[in-house]
Amino acid sequence: MPGDIPTTLLAELTHRCPLHCPYCSNPLDLIRAESELTTADWQRVFTQARELGVLQLGLSGGEPLLRKDLEELAAHARREGLYSTLVTSGLGLTRARAERLKEAGLEHIQISIQDSDPEVAERIAGVRSVKHKQAAAAIVRELGFAFTVNVVLHRANLDRIGEIIDLAADLGADRVELANTQYYGWGLQNRSALMPTREQVERSRDIAERAIQRYRGRMQITYVLPDYYELYPKACYGGWGKLYLVVTPNGMVLPCHGATQITTLRFDDVKSHALEWIWRESEAFQAFRGDSWMKEPCRSCPRKATDFGGCRCQAFALTGDAANTDPVCTLSPLRQVVDEALTESSRDILQYSYRSLAGEPQRV
Amino acid sequence: MTVAPDSWLLTPDSTPKLWRMARLQFDPVRQRPVLLYPEGAVLLNDTGAAILELCNGSNTITQIVSILTERYQADVTRDVTEYLALMAERELIRAG
Repeated sequence: MPGDIPTTLLAELTHRCPLHCPYCSNPLDLIRAESELTTADWQRVFTQARELGVLQLGLSGGEPLLRKDLEELAAHARREGLYSTLVTSGLGLTRARAERLKEAGLEHIQISIQDSDPEVAERIAGVRSVKHKQAAAAIVRELGFAFTVNVVLHRANLDRIGEIIDLAADLGADRVELANTQYYGWGLQNRSALMPTREQVERSRDIAERAIQRYRGRMQITYVLPDYYELYPKACYGGWGKLYLVVTPNGMVLPCHGATQITTLRFDDVKSHALEWIWRESEAFQAFRGDSWMKEPCRSCPRKATDFGGCRCQAFALTGDAANTDPVCTLSPLRQVVDEALTESSRDILQYSYRSLAGEPQRV
Repeated sequence: MTVAPDSWLLTPDSTPKLWRMARLQFDPVRQRPVLLYPEGAVLLNDTGAAILELCNGSNTITQIVSILTERYQADVTRDVTEYLALMAERELIRAG
Protein backbone atom coordinates (compact mmCIF):
# COMPACT_ATOMS: atom_id res chain seq x y z
CA MET A 1 0.00 0.00 0.00
CA PRO A 2 1.70 3.23 -1.12
CA GLY A 3 -0.36 5.43 1.23
CA ASP A 4 -0.06 9.20 1.40
CA ILE A 5 2.78 10.82 -0.51
CA PRO A 6 4.11 14.06 0.98
CA THR A 7 4.73 17.06 -1.27
CA THR A 8 6.46 19.48 1.08
CA LEU A 9 9.26 19.39 3.61
CA LEU A 10 9.96 22.35 5.85
CA ALA A 11 13.56 22.09 7.03
CA GLU A 12 14.05 24.24 10.12
CA LEU A 13 17.82 24.39 9.77
CA THR A 14 18.36 26.40 12.95
CA HIS A 15 16.40 28.24 15.60
CA ARG A 16 19.08 30.93 15.82
CA CYS A 17 17.76 34.26 14.50
CA PRO A 18 18.74 37.93 14.67
CA LEU A 19 15.05 38.88 14.95
CA HIS A 20 12.86 38.58 18.05
CA CYS A 21 9.34 38.71 16.56
CA PRO A 22 6.70 38.12 19.25
CA TYR A 23 4.65 35.84 16.95
CA CYS A 24 7.54 33.57 15.98
CA SER A 25 6.39 30.11 14.88
CA ASN A 26 9.36 28.42 16.54
CA PRO A 27 8.55 26.73 19.86
CA LEU A 28 9.04 28.44 23.22
CA ASP A 29 11.89 26.01 23.96
CA LEU A 30 14.31 26.97 21.21
CA ILE A 31 16.94 24.45 20.15
CA ARG A 32 20.54 25.54 20.62
CA ALA A 33 23.27 25.58 17.96
CA GLU A 34 25.18 22.63 19.47
CA SER A 35 22.20 20.31 18.98
CA GLU A 36 21.71 21.14 15.29
CA LEU A 37 21.93 18.45 12.61
CA THR A 38 25.16 18.28 10.58
CA THR A 39 25.48 18.98 6.86
CA ALA A 40 25.55 15.24 6.13
CA ASP A 41 22.42 14.68 8.25
CA TRP A 42 20.48 17.30 6.32
CA GLN A 43 21.67 16.01 2.97
CA ARG A 44 20.53 12.51 3.91
CA VAL A 45 17.14 13.92 4.96
CA PHE A 46 16.72 15.74 1.64
CA THR A 47 17.59 12.59 -0.33
CA GLN A 48 15.15 10.52 1.72
CA ALA A 49 12.47 13.20 1.35
CA ARG A 50 12.77 13.17 -2.44
CA GLU A 51 12.60 9.36 -2.45
CA LEU A 52 9.42 9.62 -0.40
CA GLY A 53 7.89 11.98 -2.99
CA VAL A 54 8.62 15.45 -1.59
CA LEU A 55 8.79 18.09 -4.34
CA GLN A 56 8.98 21.35 -2.41
CA LEU A 57 11.64 22.15 0.17
CA GLY A 58 11.51 25.10 2.53
CA LEU A 59 14.95 26.06 3.88
CA SER A 60 13.78 27.82 6.98
CA GLY A 61 14.64 28.57 10.59
CA GLY A 62 15.16 30.69 12.63
CA GLU A 63 17.41 32.41 10.16
CA PRO A 64 18.77 29.77 7.74
CA LEU A 65 21.54 32.11 6.55
CA LEU A 66 23.18 31.52 9.93
CA ARG A 67 24.00 28.01 8.70
CA LYS A 68 27.40 28.29 7.01
CA ASP A 69 26.61 25.20 4.94
CA LEU A 70 23.42 26.64 3.42
CA GLU A 71 24.92 26.74 -0.09
CA GLU A 72 25.93 23.07 0.18
CA LEU A 73 22.45 22.16 1.36
CA ALA A 74 20.78 24.12 -1.44
CA ALA A 75 23.04 22.47 -4.01
CA HIS A 76 22.22 19.01 -2.68
CA ALA A 77 18.49 19.76 -2.78
CA ARG A 78 18.73 20.87 -6.38
CA ARG A 79 20.69 17.76 -7.37
CA GLU A 80 17.93 15.65 -5.85
CA GLY A 81 15.28 17.50 -7.92
CA LEU A 82 13.66 19.47 -5.11
CA TYR A 83 12.32 22.97 -5.70
CA SER A 84 13.78 25.02 -2.86
CA THR A 85 12.61 28.16 -1.15
CA LEU A 86 14.84 30.07 1.23
CA VAL A 87 12.70 31.56 4.00
CA THR A 88 14.75 34.41 5.43
CA SER A 89 14.62 37.68 7.32
CA GLY A 90 17.02 39.03 4.67
CA LEU A 91 19.59 39.81 7.36
CA GLY A 92 22.92 38.38 6.27
CA LEU A 93 21.97 38.03 2.61
CA THR A 94 25.00 39.72 1.10
CA ARG A 95 25.54 39.81 -2.65
CA ALA A 96 28.34 37.23 -2.40
CA ARG A 97 26.13 34.85 -0.44
CA ALA A 98 23.19 35.34 -2.82
CA GLU A 99 25.42 34.68 -5.83
CA ARG A 100 26.66 31.45 -4.27
CA LEU A 101 23.08 30.36 -3.57
CA LYS A 102 22.10 31.13 -7.15
CA GLU A 103 25.06 29.09 -8.31
CA ALA A 104 23.94 26.25 -6.05
CA GLY A 105 20.57 26.17 -7.84
CA LEU A 106 18.33 27.85 -5.28
CA GLU A 107 15.27 29.15 -7.12
CA HIS A 108 13.02 31.04 -4.75
CA ILE A 109 13.62 33.43 -1.86
CA GLN A 110 11.05 34.65 0.65
CA ILE A 111 11.90 37.71 2.70
CA SER A 112 9.80 38.67 5.70
CA ILE A 113 8.61 42.24 6.11
CA GLN A 114 7.23 43.29 9.50
CA ASP A 115 5.41 46.48 8.44
CA SER A 116 5.43 49.31 5.89
CA ASP A 117 6.05 51.73 8.77
CA PRO A 118 9.79 51.33 9.50
CA GLU A 119 9.47 52.31 13.13
CA VAL A 120 6.77 49.75 13.88
CA ALA A 121 8.59 47.15 11.76
CA GLU A 122 11.70 47.45 13.91
CA ARG A 123 9.71 47.47 17.13
CA ILE A 124 8.16 44.14 16.08
CA ALA A 125 11.46 42.63 14.93
CA GLY A 126 13.16 43.87 18.08
CA VAL A 127 16.18 44.88 16.01
CA ARG A 128 17.33 47.33 13.31
CA SER A 129 16.38 45.53 10.13
CA VAL A 130 14.49 47.65 7.57
CA LYS A 131 17.53 48.84 5.58
CA HIS A 132 19.04 45.34 5.51
CA LYS A 133 15.79 43.95 4.14
CA GLN A 134 15.60 46.60 1.41
CA ALA A 135 19.16 45.82 0.37
CA ALA A 136 18.48 42.06 0.40
CA ALA A 137 15.33 42.51 -1.71
CA ALA A 138 17.29 44.48 -4.31
CA ILE A 139 19.90 41.70 -4.56
CA VAL A 140 17.25 38.97 -4.84
CA ARG A 141 15.57 40.90 -7.61
CA GLU A 142 18.76 41.68 -9.47
CA LEU A 143 19.99 38.07 -9.43
CA GLY A 144 16.67 36.90 -10.87
CA PHE A 145 15.42 34.68 -8.05
CA ALA A 146 11.71 34.09 -7.77
CA PHE A 147 10.86 36.52 -4.98
CA THR A 148 8.14 36.41 -2.36
CA VAL A 149 7.57 38.90 0.41
CA ASN A 150 5.84 37.41 3.42
CA VAL A 151 4.14 39.36 6.14
CA VAL A 152 2.62 38.29 9.44
CA LEU A 153 -0.37 40.48 10.22
CA HIS A 154 -1.67 41.49 13.65
CA ARG A 155 -3.30 44.37 15.44
CA ALA A 156 -0.37 46.80 15.10
CA ASN A 157 0.07 46.50 11.30
CA LEU A 158 -3.25 45.25 9.89
CA ASP A 159 -4.54 48.77 9.22
CA ARG A 160 -1.61 49.29 6.84
CA ILE A 161 -2.26 46.18 4.74
CA GLY A 162 -2.68 48.34 1.62
CA GLU A 163 0.63 50.14 2.19
CA ILE A 164 2.33 46.82 2.95
CA ILE A 165 1.14 45.35 -0.36
CA ASP A 166 2.37 48.44 -2.21
CA LEU A 167 5.73 48.16 -0.42
CA ALA A 168 6.07 44.53 -1.54
CA ALA A 169 5.42 45.64 -5.13
CA ASP A 170 7.99 48.46 -4.79
CA LEU A 171 10.53 45.91 -3.56
CA GLY A 172 9.90 43.97 -6.77
CA ALA A 173 8.13 40.92 -5.33
CA ASP A 174 6.59 38.36 -7.67
CA ARG A 175 4.36 37.20 -4.84
CA VAL A 176 3.27 38.46 -1.46
CA GLU A 177 1.94 36.19 1.25
CA LEU A 178 -0.09 37.94 3.91
CA ALA A 179 -0.99 35.75 6.82
CA ASN A 180 -2.64 36.70 10.05
CA THR A 181 -0.81 35.58 13.17
CA GLN A 182 -1.41 32.02 14.27
CA TYR A 183 -1.72 31.67 17.99
CA TYR A 184 0.70 28.95 19.01
CA GLY A 185 3.83 29.18 21.12
CA TRP A 186 5.09 32.78 21.09
CA GLY A 187 1.96 33.98 19.31
CA LEU A 188 -0.29 32.45 21.95
CA GLN A 189 1.84 33.99 24.66
CA ASN A 190 1.36 37.41 23.01
CA ARG A 191 -2.19 36.87 21.86
CA SER A 192 -3.82 39.77 23.66
CA ALA A 193 -1.32 42.23 22.12
CA LEU A 194 -1.52 40.71 18.62
CA MET A 195 -5.22 39.95 18.15
CA PRO A 196 -6.87 42.37 15.70
CA THR A 197 -10.40 43.65 16.09
CA ARG A 198 -13.26 42.42 13.90
CA GLU A 199 -13.43 45.85 12.21
CA GLN A 200 -9.74 45.64 11.32
CA VAL A 201 -10.18 42.16 9.89
CA GLU A 202 -13.16 43.11 7.73
CA ARG A 203 -11.53 46.26 6.40
CA SER A 204 -8.29 44.43 5.63
CA ARG A 205 -10.14 41.74 3.70
CA ASP A 206 -11.77 44.34 1.44
CA ILE A 207 -8.43 46.06 0.80
CA ALA A 208 -6.70 42.75 0.05
CA GLU A 209 -9.46 41.66 -2.36
CA ARG A 210 -9.17 44.91 -4.30
CA ALA A 211 -5.38 44.67 -4.37
CA ILE A 212 -5.53 41.09 -5.69
CA GLN A 213 -7.44 42.38 -8.72
CA ARG A 214 -5.30 45.49 -9.14
CA TYR A 215 -1.99 43.58 -9.11
CA ARG A 216 -3.18 40.64 -11.18
CA GLY A 217 -0.57 39.60 -13.75
CA ARG A 218 2.16 41.55 -11.93
CA MET A 219 2.25 40.25 -8.37
CA GLN A 220 0.36 37.35 -6.84
CA ILE A 221 -1.24 38.09 -3.50
CA THR A 222 -2.38 35.44 -1.07
CA TYR A 223 -4.22 36.50 2.06
CA VAL A 224 -4.87 34.18 4.99
CA LEU A 225 -7.57 35.44 7.34
CA PRO A 226 -7.29 34.94 11.10
CA ASP A 227 -9.09 31.69 11.89
CA TYR A 228 -10.39 32.99 15.22
CA TYR A 229 -12.80 35.18 13.22
CA GLU A 230 -13.95 32.39 10.92
CA LEU A 231 -16.92 30.05 11.39
CA TYR A 232 -14.99 26.91 10.50
CA PRO A 233 -11.41 25.87 11.16
CA LYS A 234 -8.61 25.79 8.64
CA ALA A 235 -7.77 22.52 6.88
CA CYS A 236 -4.32 22.24 8.39
CA TYR A 237 -1.89 21.33 5.55
CA GLY A 238 -4.53 19.16 3.92
CA GLY A 239 -4.82 16.94 6.99
CA TRP A 240 -2.38 15.44 9.49
CA GLY A 241 0.38 13.39 7.88
CA LYS A 242 -1.12 13.86 4.43
CA LEU A 243 1.18 16.21 2.44
CA TYR A 244 3.52 17.98 4.80
CA LEU A 245 6.35 17.32 7.20
CA VAL A 246 8.74 19.41 9.24
CA VAL A 247 12.21 18.54 10.47
CA THR A 248 13.39 20.57 13.45
CA PRO A 249 17.00 21.82 13.88
CA ASN A 250 17.87 18.76 15.98
CA GLY A 251 16.18 16.28 13.63
CA MET A 252 12.74 15.66 15.11
CA VAL A 253 10.12 15.00 12.45
CA LEU A 254 6.75 16.70 12.91
CA PRO A 255 3.48 16.70 10.93
CA CYS A 256 3.40 20.50 11.33
CA HIS A 257 5.75 23.06 12.83
CA GLY A 258 3.62 23.56 15.94
CA ALA A 259 3.21 19.89 16.81
CA THR A 260 5.75 19.77 19.65
CA GLN A 261 3.28 21.64 21.81
CA ILE A 262 1.09 18.51 21.80
CA THR A 263 2.95 17.14 24.80
CA THR A 264 1.04 13.86 24.74
CA LEU A 265 2.79 12.85 21.47
CA ARG A 266 6.29 11.45 21.11
CA PHE A 267 8.20 12.41 17.98
CA ASP A 268 10.90 10.36 16.28
CA ASP A 269 14.07 11.79 14.82
CA VAL A 270 16.08 11.37 11.63
CA LYS A 271 19.19 10.21 13.45
CA SER A 272 17.41 7.08 14.72
CA HIS A 273 15.00 6.33 11.87
CA ALA A 274 14.59 6.69 8.13
CA LEU A 275 12.21 9.43 7.09
CA GLU A 276 10.02 6.92 5.29
CA TRP A 277 9.46 4.87 8.45
CA ILE A 278 8.64 8.01 10.43
CA TRP A 279 6.18 9.19 7.77
CA ARG A 280 4.44 5.86 7.35
CA GLU A 281 4.73 4.05 10.66
CA SER A 282 5.59 6.33 13.55
CA GLU A 283 3.07 6.87 16.30
CA ALA A 284 3.00 10.65 15.92
CA PHE A 285 2.20 10.55 12.20
CA GLN A 286 -0.43 7.83 12.67
CA ALA A 287 -2.10 9.61 15.59
CA PHE A 288 -4.47 11.84 13.60
CA ARG A 289 -4.37 10.40 10.10
CA GLY A 290 -7.70 9.75 8.47
CA ASP A 291 -10.78 10.23 10.67
CA SER A 292 -11.00 7.26 13.05
CA TRP A 293 -9.53 9.37 15.88
CA MET A 294 -12.33 11.92 15.63
CA LYS A 295 -14.92 12.55 18.31
CA GLU A 296 -18.25 14.30 17.93
CA PRO A 297 -19.18 16.76 16.52
CA CYS A 298 -16.51 15.98 13.87
CA ARG A 299 -17.16 12.26 13.52
CA SER A 300 -20.62 12.66 11.97
CA CYS A 301 -19.96 16.04 10.36
CA PRO A 302 -20.00 16.30 6.55
CA ARG A 303 -17.26 18.95 6.79
CA LYS A 304 -14.76 16.44 8.17
CA ALA A 305 -13.59 15.68 4.63
CA THR A 306 -13.02 19.41 4.03
CA ASP A 307 -11.28 20.62 7.16
CA PHE A 308 -10.32 17.37 8.95
CA GLY A 309 -11.56 18.75 12.27
CA GLY A 310 -9.19 21.72 12.01
CA CYS A 311 -5.86 22.09 13.74
CA ARG A 312 -4.73 19.45 16.26
CA CYS A 313 -2.23 21.84 17.83
CA GLN A 314 -4.90 24.46 18.39
CA ALA A 315 -7.29 21.87 19.82
CA PHE A 316 -4.60 20.79 22.28
CA ALA A 317 -3.45 24.31 23.16
CA LEU A 318 -6.95 25.65 23.82
CA THR A 319 -8.87 22.58 25.07
CA GLY A 320 -6.18 20.27 26.44
CA ASP A 321 -7.12 17.37 24.13
CA ALA A 322 -5.64 17.17 20.65
CA ALA A 323 -8.50 14.90 19.50
CA ASN A 324 -11.14 17.53 20.21
CA THR A 325 -12.71 19.61 17.46
CA ASP A 326 -10.61 22.71 16.77
CA PRO A 327 -12.45 25.20 19.05
CA VAL A 328 -12.43 27.79 16.25
CA CYS A 329 -15.27 25.73 14.74
CA THR A 330 -18.69 27.22 15.41
CA LEU A 331 -19.92 23.63 15.98
CA SER A 332 -17.39 23.03 18.77
CA PRO A 333 -18.95 22.84 22.24
CA LEU A 334 -15.86 24.74 23.42
CA ARG A 335 -16.05 27.67 20.95
CA GLN A 336 -16.36 30.03 23.94
CA VAL A 337 -12.60 29.76 24.59
CA VAL A 338 -12.06 31.44 21.22
CA ASP A 339 -14.82 34.01 21.71
CA GLU A 340 -13.32 34.94 25.06
CA ALA A 341 -9.94 35.47 23.40
CA LEU A 342 -11.54 37.81 20.87
CA THR A 343 -12.62 40.14 23.68
CA GLU A 344 -8.90 40.56 24.46
CA SER A 345 -8.51 42.47 21.20
CA SER A 346 -10.45 45.42 22.58
CA ARG A 347 -7.84 45.97 25.26
CA ASP A 348 -5.52 48.78 24.39
CA ILE A 349 -2.16 47.41 25.48
CA LEU A 350 0.65 46.37 23.18
CA GLN A 351 3.19 44.77 25.49
CA TYR A 352 5.13 42.06 23.67
CA SER A 353 7.12 39.23 25.10
CA TYR A 354 9.88 38.85 22.49
CA ARG A 355 11.22 35.50 21.40
CA SER A 356 14.61 34.64 22.82
CA LEU A 357 16.62 31.66 23.98
CA ALA A 358 16.14 30.84 27.64
CA GLY A 359 18.73 32.82 29.57
CA GLU A 360 19.05 35.56 26.93
CA PRO A 361 17.96 38.93 28.21
CA GLN A 362 14.37 39.68 27.21
CA ARG A 363 14.10 42.86 25.20
CA VAL A 364 10.80 44.45 26.10
CA MET B 1 6.87 45.27 -13.51
CA THR B 2 6.90 45.09 -17.30
CA VAL B 3 4.22 42.43 -17.58
CA ALA B 4 0.97 43.90 -18.86
CA PRO B 5 -1.99 43.32 -16.54
CA ASP B 6 -3.79 41.35 -19.27
CA SER B 7 -0.85 39.05 -19.93
CA TRP B 8 -2.98 35.97 -19.18
CA LEU B 9 -5.32 36.64 -22.12
CA LEU B 10 -4.34 34.33 -24.96
CA THR B 11 -4.99 34.61 -28.68
CA PRO B 12 -3.99 32.18 -31.49
CA ASP B 13 -0.96 34.43 -32.12
CA SER B 14 0.18 34.42 -28.50
CA THR B 15 3.58 32.86 -27.89
CA PRO B 16 3.04 31.43 -24.42
CA LYS B 17 5.91 30.59 -22.13
CA LEU B 18 6.14 29.02 -18.72
CA TRP B 19 6.19 31.39 -15.80
CA ARG B 20 9.89 32.12 -15.33
CA MET B 21 9.71 30.59 -11.87
CA ALA B 22 8.15 27.33 -13.01
CA ARG B 23 10.18 24.21 -13.77
CA LEU B 24 8.94 21.14 -15.62
CA GLN B 25 10.41 17.80 -14.58
CA PHE B 26 9.59 14.10 -14.38
CA ASP B 27 8.86 12.72 -10.92
CA PRO B 28 10.08 9.12 -10.68
CA VAL B 29 8.14 8.60 -7.43
CA ARG B 30 4.73 9.39 -8.92
CA GLN B 31 5.81 8.33 -12.43
CA ARG B 32 4.34 11.55 -13.79
CA PRO B 33 5.59 14.82 -15.21
CA VAL B 34 5.24 17.64 -12.70
CA LEU B 35 5.33 21.41 -12.91
CA LEU B 36 7.10 22.97 -9.92
CA TYR B 37 6.89 26.63 -8.92
CA PRO B 38 7.15 28.67 -5.72
CA GLU B 39 5.15 26.91 -3.00
CA GLY B 40 3.33 24.67 -5.43
CA ALA B 41 3.31 21.78 -7.84
CA VAL B 42 0.92 20.52 -10.51
CA LEU B 43 0.93 16.85 -11.45
CA LEU B 44 0.57 16.59 -15.20
CA ASN B 45 -0.50 13.90 -17.62
CA ASP B 46 1.65 13.23 -20.67
CA THR B 47 -0.51 15.39 -22.91
CA GLY B 48 -0.31 18.34 -20.52
CA ALA B 49 3.45 18.01 -20.36
CA ALA B 50 3.64 17.80 -24.17
CA ILE B 51 1.72 21.09 -24.44
CA LEU B 52 3.81 22.86 -21.81
CA GLU B 53 7.09 21.68 -23.34
CA LEU B 54 6.13 23.57 -26.47
CA CYS B 55 5.47 26.79 -24.54
CA ASN B 56 8.92 28.22 -25.14
CA GLY B 57 8.01 31.83 -25.88
CA SER B 58 8.51 31.46 -29.64
CA ASN B 59 5.87 28.91 -30.73
CA THR B 60 2.48 30.50 -31.34
CA ILE B 61 -0.62 28.69 -30.09
CA THR B 62 -1.47 27.98 -33.72
CA GLN B 63 1.93 26.31 -34.16
CA ILE B 64 1.58 24.32 -30.92
CA VAL B 65 -1.81 23.04 -32.10
CA SER B 66 -0.39 22.11 -35.47
CA ILE B 67 2.61 20.23 -33.99
CA LEU B 68 0.39 18.23 -31.62
CA THR B 69 -2.30 17.59 -34.25
CA GLU B 70 0.43 16.05 -36.37
CA ARG B 71 1.85 14.05 -33.44
CA TYR B 72 -1.46 12.65 -32.17
CA GLN B 73 -3.18 12.44 -35.59
CA ALA B 74 -6.24 14.18 -34.15
CA ASP B 75 -7.56 17.72 -33.97
CA VAL B 76 -6.35 18.99 -30.60
CA THR B 77 -7.28 22.66 -31.10
CA ARG B 78 -9.87 22.69 -28.36
CA ASP B 79 -7.82 20.63 -25.88
CA VAL B 80 -4.78 22.85 -26.29
CA THR B 81 -6.59 26.17 -26.09
CA GLU B 82 -8.64 25.13 -23.08
CA TYR B 83 -5.61 23.72 -21.28
CA LEU B 84 -3.53 26.82 -21.91
CA ALA B 85 -6.38 29.09 -20.86
CA LEU B 86 -6.57 27.20 -17.57
CA MET B 87 -2.81 27.35 -17.00
CA ALA B 88 -2.82 31.05 -17.88
CA GLU B 89 -5.69 31.68 -15.47
CA ARG B 90 -3.52 30.07 -12.79
CA GLU B 91 -0.68 32.34 -13.97
CA LEU B 92 1.58 29.36 -14.68
CA ILE B 93 2.08 30.42 -18.25
CA ARG B 94 2.30 33.93 -19.68
CA ALA B 95 1.03 35.06 -23.08
CA GLY B 96 4.53 36.18 -24.13
